Amino acid sequence: VENVRLLDRLSSRKAVLGTLYLTATHVIFVENGSETRKETWVLHSQISSIEKQATTATGCPLLIRCKNFQVIQLVIPQERDCHDVYISLIRLARPVKYEELYCFSFNPKLDKEEREQGWKLVDLNEEYNRMGVPNNYWQICDVNRDYGVCDSYPTEVYVPKSATAHIIVGSSKFRSRRRFPALSYYCKDNNASICRSSQPLSGFSARCLEDEQMLQAIRKANPGSDFIYVVDTRPKLNAMANRAAGKGYENEDNYSNIKFQFIGIENIHVMRNSLQKMLEVCELKSPSMSDFLWGLENSGWLKHIKAIMDAGIFIAKAVAEEGVSVLVHCSDGWDRTAQVCSVASLLLDPYYRTMKGFMVLIEKDWVSFGHKFNHRYGNLDGDPKEISPVIDQFIECVWQLMEQFPCAFEFNERFLIHIQHHIYSCQFGNFLCNSQKERRELKIQERTYSLWAHLWKNRADYLNPLYRSDHSQNQGTLHPQIAPCNFLYKFWSGMYNRFEKGLHPRQSVTDYLMAVKEETQQLEEELEVLGERLANLQKSQLGDNKVQSKQQDRSKQLRLSTSNNSLANTPQEYSNDLKSFPSRSPSQGDEEDSALILTQDNLKSSDPDLSANSDQESGVEDLSCRSPSGGGCLPSEDSGKDSDEAVFLAG
Amino acid sequence: MLRSSQPLTGPNRRRCREDETLLGTILDEGERGFIIDTRSAQAAKQARMTGGGTEPKSSYPQWRRLHRPLERGRPLQESFAKLVEACGDPSLSMDRWLGRLESSRWLSHVKAALSTACLAAQCMDREEAKVLVHGAEGTDTTLLVTALAQLILDPSCRTLAGFQGLLEREWIQAGHPFHLRCAHSAYSHARLKQEAPLFLLFLDCVWQLSRQFPFSLEFGEQLLLSLFDNAYASAYGTFLCNNEKERSLCKVKESTHSLWAWLNRPEEQQKLLNPLYSHNALVIWPSVEPQSIQLWQGLFLRWIRPSQHLDEAWAEIQRLVEEK
Repeated sequence: VENVRLLDRLSSRKAVLGTLYLTATHVIFVENGSETRKETWVLHSQISSIEKQATTATGCPLLIRCKNFQVIQLVIPQERDCHDVYISLIRLARPVKYEELYCFSFNPKLDKEEREQGWKLVDLNEEYNRMGVPNNYWQICDVNRDYGVCDSYPTEVYVPKSATAHIIVGSSKFRSRRRFPALSYYCKDNNASICRSSQPLSGFSARCLEDEQMLQAIRKANPGSDFIYVVDTRPKLNAMANRAAGKGYENEDNYSNIKFQFIGIENIHVMRNSLQKMLEVCELKSPSMSDFLWGLENSGWLKHIKAIMDAGIFIAKAVAEEGVSVLVHCSDGWDRTAQVCSVASLLLDPYYRTMKGFMVLIEKDWVSFGHKFNHRYGNLDGDPKEISPVIDQFIECVWQLMEQFPCAFEFNERFLIHIQHHIYSCQFGNFLCNSQKERRELKIQERTYSLWAHLWKNRADYLNPLYRSDHSQNQGTLHPQIAPCNFLYKFWSGMYNRFEKGLHPRQSVTDYLMAVKEETQQLEEELEVLGERLANLQKSQLGDNKVQSKQQDRSKQLRLSTSNNSLANTPQEYSNDLKSFPSRSPSQGDEEDSALILTQDNLKSSDPDLSANSDQESGVEDLSCRSPSGGGCLPSEDSGKDSDEAVFLAG
Repeated sequence: MLRSSQPLTGPNRRRCREDETLLGTILDEGERGFIIDTRSAQAAKQARMTGGGTEPKSSYPQWRRLHRPLERGRPLQESFAKLVEACGDPSLSMDRWLGRLESSRWLSHVKAALSTACLAAQCMDREEAKVLVHGAEGTDTTLLVTALAQLILDPSCRTLAGFQGLLEREWIQAGHPFHLRCAHSAYSHARLKQEAPLFLLFLDCVWQLSRQFPFSLEFGEQLLLSLFDNAYASAYGTFLCNNEKERSLCKVKESTHSLWAWLNRPEEQQKLLNPLYSHNALVIWPSVEPQSIQLWQGLFLRWIRPSQHLDEAWAEIQRLVEEK
């Protein structure tokens, strides 16, 4: 469709004219301007909702909201066209078959061997071995090898040595969705462990010998403690209500040596609504500080993030400080349980704070343990009540921790944002379906590519320059402050306002420091080379040509250090801001790296990002856009509005 | 950019030829200027009842007047006290923290100050027009705006030396009454009439700029914290008294040491410099969206949250840069 206008969310005056294309996998908007022809690509999988708004004099507005929080406002001149686009997008954004998803047609031009290697990058067997199992207390169990015991669990899980197949099967019958207690994390220093399951089908009075034996087995697997914690991550009221439906929670009277604990994290519906409310705040035009803070509080979002974090902290403490094992469950053991177990693991074990370790963590506690990616993130069209930002919350917990412990993570914010992006993008096969069983049936590994391989290949873009594995922050457990600490939770504008260029600090400290590190390394290498030459010179006789080459090297060295400066001081075209992730065509170039062009090319001369920002610093866009009346550049006299907004151009 | 105090128009709409001529000579033939009044239009009007007022259009035809109300005085001190209270309250649940933060209105004041400074800067940079800033007395919000605007516009104010010069000019010599304004700070129950944290508000705004432009200021957070401390209680005479006249009468220069002398000693400077600094010749336009304005944890949570990990991060940054 031609002559479509793309509006800037912050400024209704900044509209760009272009052409809209719909393909099988993307929506593409191409700017008309002769020079730039900037493209905005949006994967259908990313589309969360499409809103057709009232036709105005200028055309028919269409609002596309994406799962990665990008909001695209288009104005299509003809109502008929707008309607067609709307209907098409509705259909395209709600695939019925997996084969419609982009991952089945995405071609990064790798051969079969490379694809396989990519999938092997993260190996859970290796991970369990790294943790220290199997050992005297824990063994691998293949009772679920055909998914016959629990179809949402993986084929192999780790269980206590004293848990026989009989006990496991018996326990699984007493657990919601048959998700029996299995090992999530083992701490080899003190034998304490984190196990996970779903709620017991205890109702008001039902008992199950095998389930009780299962918990005893977990306790026995840790000789250092005579009890275990059982942590129910639901609010007490919800758990009690479940009893009426024949489910519920463990009764301390029936299970010997357990200490039971509720940690009230709300359910998926509450979280879905919370995010919705927060996004509404983000969509406010020119909000006052009041509007924003009240909106944020009303959404309750940060409160929920803190609840998840507190649960993780409790469990990490139990394991690291008390040396007590913990069994975690919620209702079905695939949402809050996953969040809480992975946060706790992250706090306990510095390995999970490395890039590789983080991928392993997600693979273990989310992918292998049957988190319902399809239902939660809408790979396919499904029940809207199943949609919930569960893994988004976990990812945000990680970000909040990164803000509190800047040296403790090997990866940076961009890593988290890209992972979140791809959970929804369905460009890679890792996060499809609801369980390992479904993925194997679809032969995901033979027909799609692994995100982990892709991220790993580009790991230079995702490094945290402040990370040092020998840093004190990385020895052992992280201890976030428990209280008072409300103020430590910040609004993550890097995620929820990701595509609003004007909001973020214009100068990326991370990129700059990475460039500094790289340059230091290059200089060190140069220094070594020069050192060798000097040594050779001193050995052999001094000739003119040799002296000359020494001088050349020195000037080359100087050039290295000044080249970046000259780039930094040169203002550049701000429209080259490449932070906007989808504005890259994935089929261009070899790899999906094209989506990461901002990093690969610019890393070497990453300062252009700085100077691009410098130019923005003199850009007027930010100021003149914000006038709500859309009037002239400067306000009229005596505007006299005593609002607390003080928008400096309010008419 | 010029600053002054309010014209004494009074209830009878007095005129003053000399004032009109002065403002007239500043502008060229046909040129227009902007007056940024940091009071609301209503407050400015009411000021006439007590002898003050605004510049009437008829007498100052070349000047356009804009009102950008900025909080000052008692309400600003209350705002400060409320925020500090909220930060220190251990019983606050997450549920209520944001509400308390909001009801202190401190961040709204930061937003307003930055917005107004940007407006003044925009008039000069984009419209290439001259700007006159005043409130009532010309000693509080006026200085807030002019000082911030210069930081935004002028890269030389962003160097360590330039910033000190800015403080000397726009706050100390301009007559901000430090003695009255920086008396007991936030914990005191005695709400002195003249006490108000304008200078702290300025420092907070500077911190916001440093957060949004981490490479553009030659100094770091340490300097801002140090200035905050010294404004209230200092071993040095720099922030003593209320104006140059008083300082002269008290013989401050003869009997005390200057804070600048201390801060500029090489060992001290090292601690204050920003390792990421690189001269930026352009104007820096901050975002004033609520998401972009954050609570200055380094100040408000200074004694409440453990800073160890952040200090370590800062040290790491310094190390990386120095290594190169």
